[in-house]
Amino acid sequence: MKWRVATVVESRAETATARTLVLDVPDWPGHLGGQHVDLRLTADDGYSVQRSYSLASPDRVEIAVQRVDDGEVSPYLTDVFAVGDAIELRGPVGGWFVWRPAATEPVLLVAGGSGIVPLMAMIRARRAAGSKVPFRLIYSVRTPEEIFYADELRRPDPGVDVSYVFSRKAPEGARRPVKRIGLADVTTHGWPPDFQPSCFVCGPTGFVETVADLLVAVGHDPSRVKTERFG
Amino acid sequence: MALITPGFRGRRRDGGVELPPGQYPTEDFPVLSAGPTPRVPVDRWEFAILTETGEKHTWSWPELLALPSQTPTVDIHCVTKWSKLRTNWQGVSLDLLMENVESAADYAVIHSYGGYTTNLPVEDLLDGQAWIAYRFDGDDLAPEHGGPARLLVPHLYFWKSAKWVRGIELTLADEPGFWETAGYHNYGDPWLEQRYRGD
Repeated sequence: MKWRVATVVESRAETATARTLVLDVPDWPGHLGGQHVDLRLTADDGYSVQRSYSLASPDRVEIAVQRVDDGEVSPYLTDVFAVGDAIELRGPVGGWFVWRPAATEPVLLVAGGSGIVPLMAMIRARRAAGSKVPFRLIYSVRTPEEIFYADELRRPDPGVDVSYVFSRKAPEGARRPVKRIGLADVTTHGWPPDFQPSCFVCGPTGFVETVADLLVAVGHDPSRVKTERFG
Repeated sequence: MALITPGFRGRRRDGGVELPPGQYPTEDFPVLSAGPTPRVPVDRWEFAILTETGEKHTWSWPELLALPSQTPTVDIHCVTKWSKLRTNWQGVSLDLLMENVESAADYAVIHSYGGYTTNLPVEDLLDGQAWIAYRFDGDDLAPEHGGPARLLVPHLYFWKSAKWVRGIELTLADEPGFWETAGYHNYGDPWLEQRYRGD
């Protein structure tokens, strides 16, 4: 797979610590919601590193970078990298953790933190395709301030039900106690297993392990539970 | 000639450890799998080698543990860019398991509990290059890392080291597995950076 030169055409703050970057990539072959790209950064002395980022949009090469204070790459991408800058990129990569617009079964998306990114691409792909397939998103996040795509998720999107799980701080008036995702969240806001939904779970390892185990425990077919783990 | 990323400095490693291209070292042990973690009780666990003529060799859990084991210390490299250096394993060499297997097959398809598959040449399983590993760092192998037992083939990207291994099917023709049919490289040599199809 060849490396291409991508240029930043848009950069905006997603949260206080995360940025969305939109890249222009000549001859981009297109991609599916859930796929990712590799970025290659090279210092002027030849030192080079690569990182993978999930695509957030079905039609644009858009990624979101969560700043990790002691990270090697993310502080550069969030603080230095700006509109007009170029970077090496290749992709799209991954043919498993994807949603295809022709699919007809209901979809359950479960996101932990920045695990929302590839799931957002699926929600946007559904909208772009005019699909009527019912989606449910359970989005676990530490605090309301850390929600990615907050405005877009607040706007009505018929057929897409969004529920939040706050693990550290909830908005005022929230009835659910602040705690990590559990069985009640999955059974209340997910689909019953006999609907045979496609389940996509993305987030940190512990989160994905927990949610995937819960889904299997309540009766979802393991072959319908697709996972993507961060580190 | 790589494109320079202006203002990017990165964090150079010291100590002179050479990593395959594009890899960075981690102290963690990241977990990557495509679905829920299968949990296989050892009293129902079985490992089988199936030859191209249909001959089947099987080992129960007690039979596997009764075989002489080795304790390789190896570097492992994940296609998602992390490498973990000097990892300590215990397991049974494939040389031993294949000793009495009559086969002319050049290829192997590895089958896992949970349905995962991956393929590699038989020669990459032999000559001290591969193990059925059941302990990591002195402990039983955790389910999320492939326990009770996984294949360990450290000279290839780690998706070839199938977790929850249940058997090896020897084949005359190469049959790409799960990730190989999803756009990843058919062989996966980290030193040649064979990540994706066409690399």
